[in-house]
Amino acid sequence: MTNPLTKKERMRIPRATMPEQDPQERSGNFNEVALGLMAEMAKQEAARCLDCKDPTCIDGCPVRIDIKKMCALVCAGDFLGAAAVVREQNVLPAITGRVCPQEDQCEKVCLVGKSKKHKPVAIGFIERFVADFEREGGHIKLPTPAPATGKKVAVVGSGPAGLTVAGDLSLLGHQVTIFEALHELGGVLVYGIPEFRLPKAIVKGEINNLQKLGVRFETDVVVGRTVTVDELMQKEGYDTVFIATGAGLPRFMGVQGEQLNGVYSANEFLTRVNLMKAYAFPNYDEPIFDCRGKNIAVFGGGNTAMDAVRTSLRLGAKNAYLIYRRSEVEMPARIDEIHHAEEEGVQFMTLTNPTFFHGDKRGWLTRITLQKMDLGEPDSSGRRRPVPREGSEFDIDADAAVVAVGTGANPIIGQTTPDLKLNRWGYIEADEQTMRTSKKGVFAGGDIVTGGATVILAMGAGRTAAKSMHEYLTTGEW
Amino acid sequence: MFKIASAQFLAPDIKRFVIEAPRVARKRLAGQFVILRVNETGERIPITIADSDPGAGTITLIVQGIGKTTKLLNGLEAGDAVANVAGPLGKPSHVDKFGTVVVVGGGVGTAIAYPTAVAMKQAGNRVLSIVGARSKELLILVDEVEATSDRVFVMTDDGTAGEKGFVTAKLQELVEGRVDDEKVDHVLAIGPVPMMRAVAEVTRPHGIPTVVSLNSIMVDGTGMCGGCRVIVNGKSAFACVDGPEFDAHAVDFDVLTYRNRMYLPQEKEALERFEQARAHSDGSPCKLDQLIEKNTGA
Repeated sequence: MTNPLTKKERMRIPRATMPEQDPQERSGNFNEVALGLMAEMAKQEAARCLDCKDPTCIDGCPVRIDIKKMCALVCAGDFLGAAAVVREQNVLPAITGRVCPQEDQCEKVCLVGKSKKHKPVAIGFIERFVADFEREGGHIKLPTPAPATGKKVAVVGSGPAGLTVAGDLSLLGHQVTIFEALHELGGVLVYGIPEFRLPKAIVKGEINNLQKLGVRFETDVVVGRTVTVDELMQKEGYDTVFIATGAGLPRFMGVQGEQLNGVYSANEFLTRVNLMKAYAFPNYDEPIFDCRGKNIAVFGGGNTAMDAVRTSLRLGAKNAYLIYRRSEVEMPARIDEIHHAEEEGVQFMTLTNPTFFHGDKRGWLTRITLQKMDLGEPDSSGRRRPVPREGSEFDIDADAAVVAVGTGANPIIGQTTPDLKLNRWGYIEADEQTMRTSKKGVFAGGDIVTGGATVILAMGAGRTAAKSMHEYLTTGEW
Repeated sequence: MFKIASAQFLAPDIKRFVIEAPRVARKRLAGQFVILRVNETGERIPITIADSDPGAGTITLIVQGIGKTTKLLNGLEAGDAVANVAGPLGKPSHVDKFGTVVVVGGGVGTAIAYPTAVAMKQAGNRVLSIVGARSKELLILVDEVEATSDRVFVMTDDGTAGEKGFVTAKLQELVEGRVDDEKVDHVLAIGPVPMMRAVAEVTRPHGIPTVVSLNSIMVDGTGMCGGCRVIVNGKSAFACVDGPEFDAHAVDFDVLTYRNRMYLPQEKEALERFEQARAHSDGSPCKLDQLIEKNTGA
């Protein structure tokens, strides 16, 4: 059944507003902020799609989901059909529907939003809706894997890139084992992204699907230490290895006093709270700094910084500052998360950078000296370079600080796999088309190749790698 | 789950576990550690691997029960299991032919230093071991240390065994050449932070290379969070991937000391709750119940 509305009528429908927990209430709990569209709202939103002859939205999607078809099916009430369309390209739709920066991807190029008088179709909300509908109704129809090929695949890392490769290669009949260093599966999906943005139950659901496809998992295996890449291939019979260990090395700012008590890397702060559930201490044993009634300063402008500062509010912070050296316009975080942070009471201090962390005699952070910045010429990232303003220093009281200025490549695999070529920043060199590394039989993708990026890009890399690895397993040609 | 093959107390609150962890056992080298989680709500803690048997697929851990997690762990017996054991982590001990190596072990530090002491002996060093504890009953592994060292000096704070005094007193004698003809080429010290700091100050004026193994608080143990960062030679280093062993004369012990105190309030609370729960579960009367009885005559 096609959309009965005329193009003009479709343009008159305002963009759906995502039902959300009230900001006051939600800044005191870890429950999901966005509650999801109801079915009627989803249908109405999908009806806004103009059914473009040349759907630019598909070009905007890093994995080329047939968004036009998805909208048409949702409009017609065939939610499961829409979910199936999404699944053709995207193995983690419930996750990407929640965490993709749609405003920079599909929704940026949606023609409905082009005129600026109208907002683009809420493609992300719709994707999330169909994925949730499919999952909550127990309707996920997993494809049947191809007959067993007898080939063994080792995937290092259970984040989005690793999970994607595992799913795709499993369907092609290969025996896949995912090795994970931590005690839980999901990588950044469980240790980095908070519960209030991505409920862990959803990640568990996706992992259960993989298990149903025959994927095996081994946790507590730190490849490079517990077993090396060479040992996996030479001693344990793996025909190919995909390295997807992420960008798991914390970066600090090199500011004096960063070793003081109360100063955290975002990785540590979020891992304690998200993975180890320190917000539920003492029911869970891992502790976190007691933020209640305190002043917490978070440095950075990306999603990780938003996650950390909003987490500090939920841990009871009296003042939660988001301190960023450029202006709000340059912030790489998802626009929804910046708005959510503002609504929840995060205090933004833009064009500001720290110069000194001061501590007391017991080694605890007490004060931070900050300096105002001005924007100068663009740097290599294309963004205007922040330039310190002379004589603009001032102090703020701070009891804890979280440094969320980006991550680097964890060196363990690089150090223990001698013939694996790394670039000068320590990331693994991998061919863009084939995802091949310098080491025969070894592929790599995701943040360990690109540096910290997004879930959808990691997934896209996983898709590309799986095709390439399948070819290698089939032909044996390197 | 990782099954406990055997569990025995070596001293009050110090228990030796043999745990089935075949992958760890196969790769482990002296000086490395594991990150262990007792159960689903537990925290991740680092414990040095005291020994390993690759053939049997087991590792030996010697655990001192100080806070909730280690006390909880020490309540487990053979047949029980722990939720997670990840490793082996950290850089292995740097073992070389130095000449005469003095291994100083304070308390459970003796267990941690023992495998490296064995490796040092195997590398052709003359190994002098100083084993210290507060009193006789807290000494551990003395027989094992005696069997693998050229000489052993037992020191107790209260003089109930060996000589009365701190391990540093004996080390001082050795570095000053006041123990027969002994000379010292290299020192490895493992134990409480004040002890390791004191050892560093004994050897510094004599310029004797000294290594300590740092017991920083850790979460992942793989270099991903920076929680274990210490200041060495004025720069930040991660104990879990750059260590755990470092040049004692380059370590900022003040920073290590205050960073290790970061969670004292939470640790205190967790331990109190744990002790209370344990008191109730062993049948002893609840203090609150007793108070209610007393006040209401019920």
